[in-house]
Amino acid sequence: MSTAVQSSSPPMAAPHRFSRLRSALWPVLQSLLIPALSVITAVLLGSILILFDGRDPITAFEGLIEGAFVEPRGLLATFRNMTPLVLSGLAVAFAFKSGLFNIGVQGQLIMGSVVAAWVGFAVEGLPPLLHVSLALLAAMAIGGLWAAIAGALKAFADAHEVITTIMLNYIAAQFAGWLISTGSDGSRPGPLASPESVRDAIARTPRILPSAELPTIYSVPPNFTLHAGIFLAIIASVVVMFLLQRTTFGFQLRMTGYSPTAARYAGVNVRQVTILTMLIAGALAGLAGGIQTLGVHYDYEGNQSLGLGFEGITVAFLAGNNPLAINFSAFLFGAMDAGTTRMALAANVAKELIQVIQALILMFVAADQIIRRIYRIRAAGPGARLRIGGKD
Amino acid sequence: MGEAELGLALIATINFTIRYSVPITLGALSGIMCERSGIVNIGIEGMMLMSAFTGFMTNVTLSKPGVDPDLQSAGVRLGLSILAALLTGGALGLLHGLLSIQYKVDQIISGTVINILAVGLTGYFYQLKAPTKGKLPALINNPWTQAGSVELKLADNFVLYLPYDLGRILFDKDLITYLTLILVFLLGWALFHTTWGLRTRSIGENPRAADTLGINVYRLQYTNLFLGGMLAGLGGCFLTLAAVGIFEQNMTAGRGFIALAVMIFGNWRPSRALAGALLFGFATALQGQLQQFGIDFPHQLVGMLPYILTIVVLAGFVGRARPPAHSGKVYEVE
Repeated sequence: MSTAVQSSSPPMAAPHRFSRLRSALWPVLQSLLIPALSVITAVLLGSILILFDGRDPITAFEGLIEGAFVEPRGLLATFRNMTPLVLSGLAVAFAFKSGLFNIGVQGQLIMGSVVAAWVGFAVEGLPPLLHVSLALLAAMAIGGLWAAIAGALKAFADAHEVITTIMLNYIAAQFAGWLISTGSDGSRPGPLASPESVRDAIARTPRILPSAELPTIYSVPPNFTLHAGIFLAIIASVVVMFLLQRTTFGFQLRMTGYSPTAARYAGVNVRQVTILTMLIAGALAGLAGGIQTLGVHYDYEGNQSLGLGFEGITVAFLAGNNPLAINFSAFLFGAMDAGTTRMALAANVAKELIQVIQALILMFVAADQIIRRIYRIRAAGPGARLRIGGKD
Repeated sequence: MGEAELGLALIATINFTIRYSVPITLGALSGIMCERSGIVNIGIEGMMLMSAFTGFMTNVTLSKPGVDPDLQSAGVRLGLSILAALLTGGALGLLHGLLSIQYKVDQIISGTVINILAVGLTGYFYQLKAPTKGKLPALINNPWTQAGSVELKLADNFVLYLPYDLGRILFDKDLITYLTLILVFLLGWALFHTTWGLRTRSIGENPRAADTLGINVYRLQYTNLFLGGMLAGLGGCFLTLAAVGIFEQNMTAGRGFIALAVMIFGNWRPSRALAGALLFGFATALQGQLQQFGIDFPHQLVGMLPYILTIVVLAGFVGRARPPAHSGKVYEVE
């Protein structure tokens, strides 16, 4: 990385061949440089915050790394946390490629979670693999439909998807809350509330049947298991990459993102692309919710997935909305989430420090000019800056 | 529950509606201020949360023993606390401007940064059960008493006392509540009847034309983001300095996003936003009171209604919400 910074100093009489190599490699290097420097700068600012609070940042980050990678379950927890982040990041990035801002991942994820729980406990007598598949497909379907509402409203009524998806987040939370409400306020219990939850006044669905649990790939006694969802997430990122880069629909989608008007003139059915994009993005978010239910929580309790949707935005942007790169940014964020408890214990630092760092990462990645100014990096070519697709 | 005193429930519902709608209204005014200037502000939630926190912490700091008694008097202490909250909101407004205007960051991203940052920072510096010397008192106490009022018996379990019950709605409210009402009309008047308002609306609709006419688009956007941030800040500190009196983690609980809904609901007009906020407040109050009124209907489904209505309005099924034409897009001076 340091060589890259050096090579940016302008008056450099490099040999011809080298400069050609440099001009070929430079964009690739730069696409990694900005995210890396954003993370480093955010961590440094976080350290200042810790120092300001009279604590030791080295101890804190040692604790973080220990919790995220070293501890018996550290790396496993990182992988487990990473799984829904890959999918929610994909749900943001996929929509973003067509110029849509899917801020409704949270709601789509909630719908996926609760429906997966429902299929998981209510459908009996299925063989394990079939049951899991059915529950996940149901989660994807509901998440997709939930997002498609926003897509259709955008396509036919020109209602801005940012606002409609935010509203749909709240509607989903209330709706799921009703489904599992215990009736402790004197009303009837919700249709999916478990009998025990009604008795104890703790809102949740019944536990899913063993046949609906995602297969465990590794377990650490007494109670930690890593489920197979991580493979689904990675496969999903490859599928999304393929869809975007190698299919007609992906081409139409990206074209719509660059310029809806141009796409329309070129014969793209922009309305159809908008709805379909949201449908697929929502399905990815729904899958994230389903996986959390079938692999981690085994029921739906509400508030289990708090924040996953918004973290997805940061994960997607850190990866420059590249589906494959999302695996790495999700890994980083999964590690941060896994290490917080240990960090908090080791250095007596509040867990929320991680959120501060994550917010700063998003800020620096989005405002790459700040990073370029700090580290004196030459600007990339035109169009390299992050921005919402449609320029017209 | 069937025998609940309906008069009491009614007054409680109305007062809850008012109390709930104050921060929502201020948040919506913040949104109007920014969007009318062409900048989408989805960071209202974060601005409110951060201001709620700084306002509260100022109150905590000034309440500590050993602080100059002059500073500890209710007026100075709470005044400084509100000021801290206003400045926090304003500073976040400027940050939003710096990111979205100077660094051309997408405005939705910039707002999201503010939201996440606020949750993180307030959580990081949060102190459990920090004591204060009290919150904002009622500005005007109810001058009427129950004993001196006429008893109005509408039904066996529905008794109202006039004018005492009316006083319980009109009075016993804090400074910020009354100020909100004034601000609604002030902003509505200023937007449509002053040079500032005309300029603000013009940069939100067509910044190129405004620029051609010699309006400094960026400066006006920065100014309005600062003022808009302060409005959100006032809404935030209402929670910690007037309504609840203490800070709890994540206590804005989505009010900033509801404010956005209310802004759209009110078609980017302050007075209609107030009406929208009262409607949202009433729907929320109703959630808690349904059982009181003997209605067996899931309160969560009632809670969904305002959001559904917002989508309906935004989609143009009822009325037509029309955002400022250039809102959300970056304006680049040529």
